[in-house]
Amino acid sequence: MSERETMEYDVVVVGAGPAGLSFAIRLKQLKPDVGVCVIEKASTIGAQILSGAVIEPQPLDALLPGWRDNPPPICVPATEDEFWLLTRTGGRKLPVPPGMNNHGNFIVSLGAMCAWLAPQAEALGVDVFPGFAAADNIYDERGAVAGVRIGDMGVAKDGSHKPGYTQGIDIRAKVTVLAEGARGSLTKQLVKRFQLDKDSDPQGYSIGIKELWQVPAGRVQPGKIVHSFGWPADSRTYGGSFLYHLDKDRIALGYVSGLDYTDPNYQPWEAFQQWKNHPSVKPLLEGGSILSAGARAIVTGGWQSLPKVEMPGALLIGDTAGLLNVPKVKGTHQAIRSGMLAAEHLAASGLDPAGFDAKLRGSEVMAELKKVRNIKPGFKKGLWWGMLNAAWETATGGASPWTLKNKADWSSLHKLGECEEPRRDYVQRELPPRDRLAGVYFAATEHDEDQPVHLHVADTSICVTRCAEEYGNPCTRFCPASVYEIVQDDAGKRLQINAANCVHCKTCDIKDPYQIIDWVPPEGGSGPNYQNL
Amino acid sequence: MKILVGYKRVVDYNVRIQVKPDGTGVVTDGVKLSANPFDDIALEEALRLRERGVAEEVVVVGIGPADLTAHLRNGLAMGANRAIHVVTPEAVQPLTAARVFLKLVEKEQPGLVILGKQAIDDDANQTGQMLAALWDRPQATFASKLEIADGKATVTREVDAGLEVIEAELPAVVTTDLRLNEPRFIKLPDIMKAKSKPIDTIEFAALGVEAHDHLRTTRYAAPPKRSRGVMVKDAAELVAMLRQKGLL
Repeated sequence: MSERETMEYDVVVVGAGPAGLSFAIRLKQLKPDVGVCVIEKASTIGAQILSGAVIEPQPLDALLPGWRDNPPPICVPATEDEFWLLTRTGGRKLPVPPGMNNHGNFIVSLGAMCAWLAPQAEALGVDVFPGFAAADNIYDERGAVAGVRIGDMGVAKDGSHKPGYTQGIDIRAKVTVLAEGARGSLTKQLVKRFQLDKDSDPQGYSIGIKELWQVPAGRVQPGKIVHSFGWPADSRTYGGSFLYHLDKDRIALGYVSGLDYTDPNYQPWEAFQQWKNHPSVKPLLEGGSILSAGARAIVTGGWQSLPKVEMPGALLIGDTAGLLNVPKVKGTHQAIRSGMLAAEHLAASGLDPAGFDAKLRGSEVMAELKKVRNIKPGFKKGLWWGMLNAAWETATGGASPWTLKNKADWSSLHKLGECEEPRRDYVQRELPPRDRLAGVYFAATEHDEDQPVHLHVADTSICVTRCAEEYGNPCTRFCPASVYEIVQDDAGKRLQINAANCVHCKTCDIKDPYQIIDWVPPEGGSGPNYQNL
Repeated sequence: MKILVGYKRVVDYNVRIQVKPDGTGVVTDGVKLSANPFDDIALEEALRLRERGVAEEVVVVGIGPADLTAHLRNGLAMGANRAIHVVTPEAVQPLTAARVFLKLVEKEQPGLVILGKQAIDDDANQTGQMLAALWDRPQATFASKLEIADGKATVTREVDAGLEVIEAELPAVVTTDLRLNEPRFIKLPDIMKAKSKPIDTIEFAALGVEAHDHLRTTRYAAPPKRSRGVMVKDAAELVAMLRQKGLL
């Protein structure tokens, strides 16, 4: 085998989302001579970005002062906010919590926004490479991060090389910036290797499932923002919906389930579909069609779960660090801010990551998270306690002298029969898609079937024995794309992994109760091809 | 020998095509665009001929709006020596495309033109044939194997009855079928190298090609939706239903 090819940059950024692209833009604005590249596993920029998304524009104003004259393709000013507590047949409109007041904000497609940011980064001299997945970190002789290794292309399922086999190159850089989004696969390795989380709580996550609909003319009120909680979630499950009215008769909608749920039979995808049939939602959608759909884990651990964000040779920004603001249901502004802050730090320090952690913790990014740190964990005690606690924390601006703890999501599942299963007050669904396979069609996900399975399950013998008994194989339910199936064949029951369906949401990596599923990037360019999510 | 390769940009084959609500076309906003797969095969074949020493130069040709440059860079990153960009904001129909290629053929004097057998957006399957006719040179369409020797192209074609082998005097037009080859993966360092490769930009109007559209699209529509199936309990009910619908 020939020697592995290498490319050298001053800085390599992993992930072309809002954090990575903002970082690259800001660094080039400050230091035009610094060599920066951004690698992205999606085949095109924005194709694997999924967010609500309502964004606060202030960080974008700071990054690109003229952006309002040349806005991203989907950018609808917020007009009104509604906040509902739903029951199965109706609901109650509540006062909009201060964090959810969106006056001055914009509804965007974050995917389209990233596709709009990327050329602006390129115009400044950033090399943006979609279709290349970072498979591994590389380290120098001192053990510091020294860049990333791109995954090989053209490897068959059995590991042999197909005729077009192309070895991935090494990108060596003085600084590696991880901007992978929630539960990044390289970040996961680095957190472990450098014990970045030894002084913080375990990270927490939710899963968001989203669809973009084209509906008959006359139903949409562009700029209207509706959030709800309550039905179809039971009072012990943290769940809520978003529904954003876009322009051109389009509606973005989705449902978020906290991955700290306890019932092993809970199905986040089903909860989303149930909510769509609520009388306040269904009439908006009936007769319309789905344009695109997908799912993504969301990072929700907040202030007390933030790992150390620097290590020798590398730093973490955006959601892979864990900067989303849960009560605001927003992370984009935090991602952009942290990216800019990282760029400013590196520009001032001569590309030395040391000191970035302190800088981030001393910034408005963390001040914002500190104020709301107790709100999400309060819901662990149920909906009503959580709401009272949220009201208290909001009223006091987070001045409580205590900080509630986060637990790892994988540890929260009850065993089958250990607790009474919550009563699920579900309805007969009538809107498409019928099932998860019909739904995954709208993600346009594509993986060459003849490549190694990118969902590594360390020990599949557990699946049909211990897990079947203890939890009833929750992977077959929490996965929004039906990747995991227990099948029966001549040899008995076994786990079948339909990796080609995977939408790269990372839920399995997070929620599997034995922590034996490892999500690794498949061949570059594989995965969902979202349109305007 | 020089090889001219057609390199059209189309909506990616993984994208679920959506018709615009007003029926004037398909949605391309926020949609992934990539090379027509048959054109990728055409380029791969040209590169292999160059690697075998049969050709010296591979030129990719694109006809389209100003932002087509990024797409042509992909062709250069795959390995083409240079690119020609014929700039026009409008999509061109096959006859116009063939006329553009004729002008470029006259200018470049290639020994071989390789085009995809069809583009996956309009599925016209005409440009190669029209170019051969206008140029008055042989055509070998739907190639699944291509060999060049002694000024001749030997082309294997997949036809209904099996495989057909034909010979064509060069220069000629060859169009590619799916099984001709499997295009290579682009390597990162080659993307960087492609940045310094030349792209000649030619305004469509400067070519002196008649731009008359012979075809007019009246309306786009999605295929009718399948109506919902009905679950039956048993064979008897199935038979009764079929009878009721007059199918038995």
